[in-house]
Amino acid sequence: MFVHYAMPLEGIYLFGLLAGALALLAVSGVGSLLAGRWSERWAVVLGAGGAGVACGAGLAGAIGALLCRVDLTVARPWRMPYGEFRLGLDPLSAFFLIPLFLLSGLAALYAIGYFRPWKGRNPGRFWLFFNGLVASMALVVAARNGVLFLAAWETMTIASFFLVIFDEADSRSAHAGWIYLVATHLGTALLIGLFVLLGSGAGSQDFGTYAAPAGMAGGLFVLGLAGFGTKAGLYPLHVWLPEAHPAAPSPVSAVMSGVMIKTGIYGIVRLLVILGTVPGWCAWLVLGIGAASGILGVLFALAQHDLKRLLAYHSVENIGIIALGIGLGMMGVHAGMPVLAALGFAGGLLHVLNHAIFKGLLFLGAGAVAHATGTRDIERLGGAMKRMPWTGAAFLVGSAAICGLPPFNGFASEFLIYMGAFKAILGSGSAALGGVTVVTALALIGGLAAACFAKAFGIVFLGEPRSAAAAAAREVGGSMRAPMAVLAALCLAIGLLAGTVLRAMDPVVAMLAGNPSTVAAPGAVWVLMPATLFGVLALLLGGLLLLAALRRRLLAGRANRETVTWDCGYAAPAASMQYTATGFAQPLTQAAEGILRPRVESQLPQGVYPASGAYHADTPDVARRMLFDPLFRAAAERLGQLRWLQQGRVHWYVFYLVAVLALLLGWALWA
Amino acid sequence: MQNGIGILLIFLILTDLLLLGSSRLRNAIRIGAAQGVALGLLPWLAHGHLTGAALLLGAGSAALKGVVFPALLNRALREIHVRREIEPLIGYIPSLLIGTGVLAAAFAFGARLPLPWESPSPLLVPAGLFTLWTGLFLIMARRKAITQVLGYIVMENGIFALGMVVVEAMPLLVELGVLLDVFVAVFVMGILVFHINREFDHIDSDQLTALKEGAP
Amino acid sequence: MGVSAASWIHPVLALALSPLLPGVINRVKAFFAGRNGPPLLQGYHDLWKLFRKGGIASRTTTWVFRAGPLVNFACLLAALAVMPLGAVSAPLPFDGDWLLMAYLLGLGRFFTVAAALDTGSSFEGMGASREVQFAVFAEPALLIGLAALARETQSLSLSPIYAGLAAGGELPLRILLGAGFFILYLAENCRIPVDDPNTHLELTMIHEVMVLDHGAVDLGFIQWGAALKLWVLGALWAGLLPLGALPGPLVRLAAGAGAILALAILTGMVESVTARVRLLRVPQLLVGAGVLCALGLLLTFR
Repeated sequence: MFVHYAMPLEGIYLFGLLAGALALLAVSGVGSLLAGRWSERWAVVLGAGGAGVACGAGLAGAIGALLCRVDLTVARPWRMPYGEFRLGLDPLSAFFLIPLFLLSGLAALYAIGYFRPWKGRNPGRFWLFFNGLVASMALVVAARNGVLFLAAWETMTIASFFLVIFDEADSRSAHAGWIYLVATHLGTALLIGLFVLLGSGAGSQDFGTYAAPAGMAGGLFVLGLAGFGTKAGLYPLHVWLPEAHPAAPSPVSAVMSGVMIKTGIYGIVRLLVILGTVPGWCAWLVLGIGAASGILGVLFALAQHDLKRLLAYHSVENIGIIALGIGLGMMGVHAGMPVLAALGFAGGLLHVLNHAIFKGLLFLGAGAVAHATGTRDIERLGGAMKRMPWTGAAFLVGSAAICGLPPFNGFASEFLIYMGAFKAILGSGSAALGGVTVVTALALIGGLAAACFAKAFGIVFLGEPRSAAAAAAREVGGSMRAPMAVLAALCLAIGLLAGTVLRAMDPVVAMLAGNPSTVAAPGAVWVLMPATLFGVLALLLGGLLLLAALRRRLLAGRANRETVTWDCGYAAPAASMQYTATGFAQPLTQAAEGILRPRVESQLPQGVYPASGAYHADTPDVARRMLFDPLFRAAAERLGQLRWLQQGRVHWYVFYLVAVLALLLGWALWA
Repeated sequence: MQNGIGILLIFLILTDLLLLGSSRLRNAIRIGAAQGVALGLLPWLAHGHLTGAALLLGAGSAALKGVVFPALLNRALREIHVRREIEPLIGYIPSLLIGTGVLAAAFAFGARLPLPWESPSPLLVPAGLFTLWTGLFLIMARRKAITQVLGYIVMENGIFALGMVVVEAMPLLVELGVLLDVFVAVFVMGILVFHINREFDHIDSDQLTALKEGAP
Repeated sequence: MGVSAASWIHPVLALALSPLLPGVINRVKAFFAGRNGPPLLQGYHDLWKLFRKGGIASRTTTWVFRAGPLVNFACLLAALAVMPLGAVSAPLPFDGDWLLMAYLLGLGRFFTVAAALDTGSSFEGMGASREVQFAVFAEPALLIGLAALARETQSLSLSPIYAGLAAGGELPLRILLGAGFFILYLAENCRIPVDDPNTHLELTMIHEVMVLDHGAVDLGFIQWGAALKLWVLGALWAGLLPLGALPGPLVRLAAGAGAILALAILTGMVESVTARVRLLRVPQLLVGAGVLCALGLLLTFR
């Protein structure tokens, strides 16, 4: 093993932990598949146990590496052209590894309970792909060689593809899986172009030698933004996301939505580090796409009535918020405003961590509801809080956190981005305009997200059940409850300890915000998260406890009755008279009709004594319907003309291969 | 005085925004009238002292736009029994949002525009441009002929306000403004006369295309 | 004008005096209608009565229903900690405190809405749906307005912003934001022309219909909370007035409280002379408020 940089002893230990985690994931995945042939029980023990232990070790290693500010690279030769098994661990990688291992480990625990009813199928298949997904994501974040990166990236895609279509009884899953595969490969094609261009200068695929050809930094950044943005789910490249995430089993949805799409963000951020400086308009591009993703993502979420599809659109929204932060940071670097840069990047990156936690929590909660009731259709749910109090409380915490409400973690990261924007507004020039854009977008997103989660939480968990299945729901088991409880606790903990978390993130922010000295000095980013803020939050929680005690005191010894809900004198109230999710969101979806273009089937009540009426609205993705479907249809028509090439006979295909090889050889030798 | 002209110009911008957001024709006419009267004060505030010409110009313009035009338009309204714009080509909320964007652009433009003379207020050029645009927008985005006439009046108000920048060249501009005013007056009367002889179910200006030669 | 002992007077003052505000509004409306109206102190009587009653709740409800009013009240209490009055600094000011204030109002709203949905009543669902809809339009307006103030005074915390504004500041900006904030004040507090707190038709109500099922202590906290919200947003508006010239923090605090009462009188007058606008027109009104605030922000860019 060849070590490039002089590294302190603890660096080697921490790196060893990570390497061990990777190896354990690979071994346990394969082992689980093999064991599953004889015993389902052992397959689960091997697969889940391996994932749990590996994620624990990886998490410890990543946190340690971030706190010790480890920065090292380890390389082994690899028999691939331009390939080298070059792995690195720096603050940026360590930071992205933390949510990755945290959420994956918890999802593995959750999956034990989730798949318990699926008797008679080899669970080893699931664990092979799941552990493979986790390992490949970690490898993506740690890779320091272009070929290795792409190999890990493809492994991640394939593993997640098989997880999406894991529920093979569901034909929609297969369809969603194909959309995912096509979209993500188009993204990969762009990335191959990016890496080839980056490596062409030095003739090496080592990240350390990458250099942008003169004057091309902007173009390369756009290439990377499109390629990585496809994985991250930036608008309008998000079209696979609302199909694939709901189709996957819930623990996989949580991992995909919580951390896998963040590898796209990691790619964009890593590209920024590699390129060093990008032109100013790139910042505006990121800001614009971020604002579009945020606003359109939450608008489409509002119009959905499949709980997991709704959550998937919220991933688009939150990736948009992250992009707003990164865009502000880039703007700060370009305008020479270090505080703005630090605030933007810190807010965006903290939101990466936060989104992993609360979106993971929400997907696990949605999975628990689907597990208990057999449906994800919000219109058929209701009253789950009484039947599933743990899941309900956890989902409530997640909802408040994703809306950016204090005292939860979503508020902390949005606060940083807002503060960056306001700092920009106090200044002059185009940065101020960027600040105004961010403030307006974030405020709009905040209001819409609150509306959406008032609907998701309120209709699913509160009121009376709207179907027999919802009425028969039971709380899920301990292995599914524990991960939700941990994540909910983390939402509150990071919300209250954001200052401490930011202090640990200092080296990451310093890598991006340029001049580290400005970040380490007074006026550092964790100073901008003022201690008084947490004082007021403590006041809020203390006041709440005091009020609860006061309420209890006031009501003690008095008659406390229970009765029916006030029905305005109507004699026979029924659960079906409750407000529906569609009805709840209707004023807003109607206002945005021009953007959402819902397909409405309605039969309005008519006459003096109306008998019946019906209203149903579906909101398929507009970007897909208006942009990609026509594009692909046109492409299919054009390419259909080449169908004569496809004979279905192997010898013809071999002939094609030989012919192309001969042509390439000729070109290489004579051209 | 600086505060005074500032408040007046902001009032001008606000009335433009109100026009963009109001569906009741009677209210819109009232707002247009208020705008006209307020503009009558502008020459005085811009000069900083009261001259005879300014007084005359202001009073004349205020009387014309504050009293005569609204009276004509109101009469037309009464005659044809229309109260509100039913289906505007561009909705009220989008109009307001577009208006905010254009306003921002007008401010940016006003800051860059090189002026031969010093403007009495930094708000004057943006406010004038925005008013001009509002008038054009009303003509483009609304169906009712009355709203369109109002659009012409508002556009003229914008030109009037912009004219204040070039106070030296005032006489010519005054003439131009008055010419446009007269044109509007004739336009108003024309519509009035035209429609009195028709049934008034359609005063959508779309229907005016029926006037072209050879139309059935 | 840093934090001093006088800073702590405002929260206490708000808690004590806020139940007066609905009384003032009602008295003004009664005066315009030629009636006597309820006594000014009716709010205090109601609270006293409600806090001594036994509870009643629907069988459908869960702890969320009971938590709603308490969370909302706690949020307003915390918001008071960052809200200055009469150019006297708030007790716990920090950079970005208005964001916390805006989001605390959001948290209170989220729980109020959740408590309404917890009853399973279709009427309360209706009110909840409208409440979240209007918030979508109100929130950007509020933050843009605050951005204008931040730019004008070059500070990032409410206390220095309002201290700076009391010292100077453009008159046009004050007028624009005054109008914008007044619309937000009416909308957030569910007053005419957005919502009619006195109507008896559940179909047209917003705030009142969301709390139909609450009783006793919970209703008490809701009413006190509504009064506090009038106070907090009133203080936001009152800060636009040039009260900084007055001598001494106590006098300025008194003047600020007086301005909030004057705003209540103005509200009563508005409620007496205008009708509730159609629900479909409310977003337009709120977008109008946003445009006013945006115009204010534009003015600071000159």
